[in-house]
Amino acid sequence: MLFFSYFKELVGKEVTVELKNDLAIRGTLHSVDQYLNIKLENIKVVDEGKYPHMLSVRNCFIRGSVVRYVQLPPDGVDVDILHDATRREARGS
Amino acid sequence: MSTGPGLESLVNQTISIITNDGRIIVGTLRGFDQATNIILDESHERVYSTREGVQQLALGLYIIRGDNISVVGELDEELDLVNDLSKIKAHPLTPVIH
Repeated sequence: MLFFSYFKELVGKEVTVELKNDLAIRGTLHSVDQYLNIKLENIKVVDEGKYPHMLSVRNCFIRGSVVRYVQLPPDGVDVDILHDATRREARGS
Repeated sequence: MSTGPGLESLVNQTISIITNDGRIIVGTLRGFDQATNIILDESHERVYSTREGVQQLALGLYIIRGDNISVVGELDEELDLVNDLSKIKAHPLTPVIH
């Protein structure tokens, strides 16, 4: 639940999603769901020369199970709020 | 319980699917479910190679199991017309390693 809520706060920010097949996609976070599936808008593939496979795609849905990393803007992180939420989550379980 | 970003908005649109084994399959989205299983109409596979341009193999009506899907992209028809597939050369995508 914590990461789902955290990503909901990041909707509208630009993120780069690195997938488990090494493909990296940069785009604006449009939405996220309980499985941490991610929808990105106005995407740009990092290293487009190597990966022209998505040249005609503007918006995409990325399955949560295939995400390796989500690279966030440094100012998108409120560390104190995250700390509090993590403590609450740890206490709960 | 929020359902979040469904594929609802993409139904009857042309989509490009990247599968876990690194294939690109393009077609019309007819249906989906919570497990991201997908029904794809008029589908064809786009095969990228370093030696020749992109090849398209006709497949027809497919059900693709959700656990084999990495990315579902909304294919922008205008952009697709601009790109000359016969000129694009690239290595095929690497498969997903969990």
